[in-house]
Amino acid sequence: MSDPLVRALGRQKVHPLRAIQPTVAILLVVILLGIPFWLVFVTASKDQAEALNPSISLPTHWQLFQNFATVLNQGRMVPAFFGSLLIMVPSVFGVLLLGAMASWILGRRKGKAVAFLYALGISGIVLPPAVVTIVLLLREIGLAGTPQGMIGVYMGMYMSTVIFFVTGFIRTIPVELEEAARVDGASPVSVFFRIILPLLGPTLATATILICLYIWNDVFYALFVIGGRLDTLPLNLYQVASAGLYLQNWHLIFAYIILMSLPLLITFTLLQRRIISGITSGAVK
Amino acid sequence: MDHPAWFLIPALVVLVVFFFVPTIFNFVYSFTNWSSFHADIRFVGLSNFATLFTTGTLVNDLRTTLVYAVLVAVFQNVGGLVLALVLERDTRINRFARVAFFVPVVMSALAVGYIFQAMLKPTGALNQILGAFAGHTVNIAWLGSTTWTIVVVALIHGWKWMGLSMLIYLAGLKTINEDIIEAARIDGANWWATFRSIRFPLLAPAVTFNVATSLLGSMNGFDIVQATTSGGPGGTTELLNIFIFRTFGQGLFAQATTMSLTLFLMVGILAFPVIYLLRRRERVL
Repeated sequence: MSDPLVRALGRQKVHPLRAIQPTVAILLVVILLGIPFWLVFVTASKDQAEALNPSISLPTHWQLFQNFATVLNQGRMVPAFFGSLLIMVPSVFGVLLLGAMASWILGRRKGKAVAFLYALGISGIVLPPAVVTIVLLLREIGLAGTPQGMIGVYMGMYMSTVIFFVTGFIRTIPVELEEAARVDGASPVSVFFRIILPLLGPTLATATILICLYIWNDVFYALFVIGGRLDTLPLNLYQVASAGLYLQNWHLIFAYIILMSLPLLITFTLLQRRIISGITSGAVK
Repeated sequence: MDHPAWFLIPALVVLVVFFFVPTIFNFVYSFTNWSSFHADIRFVGLSNFATLFTTGTLVNDLRTTLVYAVLVAVFQNVGGLVLALVLERDTRINRFARVAFFVPVVMSALAVGYIFQAMLKPTGALNQILGAFAGHTVNIAWLGSTTWTIVVVALIHGWKWMGLSMLIYLAGLKTINEDIIEAARIDGANWWATFRSIRFPLLAPAVTFNVATSLLGSMNGFDIVQATTSGGPGGTTELLNIFIFRTFGQGLFAQATTMSLTLFLMVGILAFPVIYLLRRRERVL
């Protein structure tokens, strides 16, 4: 018996709560997560007739990969995947760069004007975007239905999150670091890119994860801005599931959901420690 | 200057163009007849508000959104806190369970909605499971009740996000000094007494973050409700965003804008007292 817990159990009386805890934990996972995910998995493996009434019973004939192939070939999943990437990558890169630049000034300069700009800059964290008039504005500046318009809208929506996270962090970086470089003759621009930006790594990583999660899964704002013009994965899923043709095709909807969730799930599993510590460090201070 | 002001400009331009200008437009176009049925846009005073008020939609959707937000905040936080307490110790099972409960957070809310639509159909998986236990056919219309469906939908929303609350509560629990708990135990306090009078009060910052984000975030909800009920039955789960999307699709842009302004005002008015009250609770402790 090498497990220290097992040895401890042998020696002293264990609190009853502690003894049943592993059972409770497993039951919670099985009931709250196991049933819905099992339903997705088995339904995605069935044929149309069997999937008509989704149930947790095993398929009589497994055809998970056949359903994956159907979704990939018949639907527009592959273009939708690249549509999602085309929107997400520039949005995240842009909002992080511009947000970090602004945060450096907001975190360092003092005065009423800066305080006002900071308050304005973070107000978007709680305030909802004006989704209808965004469409009007995009029409007026000729960006309606374009990826550029969608990227601009996402950058406007998540700029507040970046400014909030990064300004807080910049205030903890000693200003002496910058001064030393300035004395050595570095310009402010190179101070930002050579000294500040590298130090922001962990904070920007957390912001990247959160914003990627929101943009990759967003359907509401995408429906208004690029719906019908450009496909992203959630937009495509929405069309597939709402279309009469697919309404009774639970096996294809669930096969789609599995394929669509894989990229984020794999990223999350690989980086779980970093993601979890990054998300929690900001919230409880 | 060491911190050039022009660094602020790109971020401010994005914020102004894509966030503040549409928000200001909200205050303008709510008072016009903007729609796909007129070529021109004229001011019509308060007529949009009057229409929405007399049809009962304004009050119904505001109330639905508020009820939904409060229910989601309760379910997500109670669920998250219970999970955090059950999975607190660092064992292998608990580490696995924590990662598992974060999977719904990473998934698309739209996908979660479709999964639960399949679970909760009258002939769906949940009724089949209940039927197996009851020994007879169960035909509960989980998504068809004008009274209870909003609770069911809020439970789904809470289920999707409780993994995030759990992580933040876990981080909060970790910051509590072990010596205080040990001292209380020596004084004879049991698990519940320790939790109620020591650990829960010390979790205040985590509670503030979780309650504020779940309450204000779910007011902006759309995906899960659209995927499960689309606002039905009988408009009893019609959130403001569902109405905005539907009305926008019908070409009634001014009415959609009016509801968007209503949402903005409601979140804006509630954000400050909610955050203030939660912060004051923190200070008292």
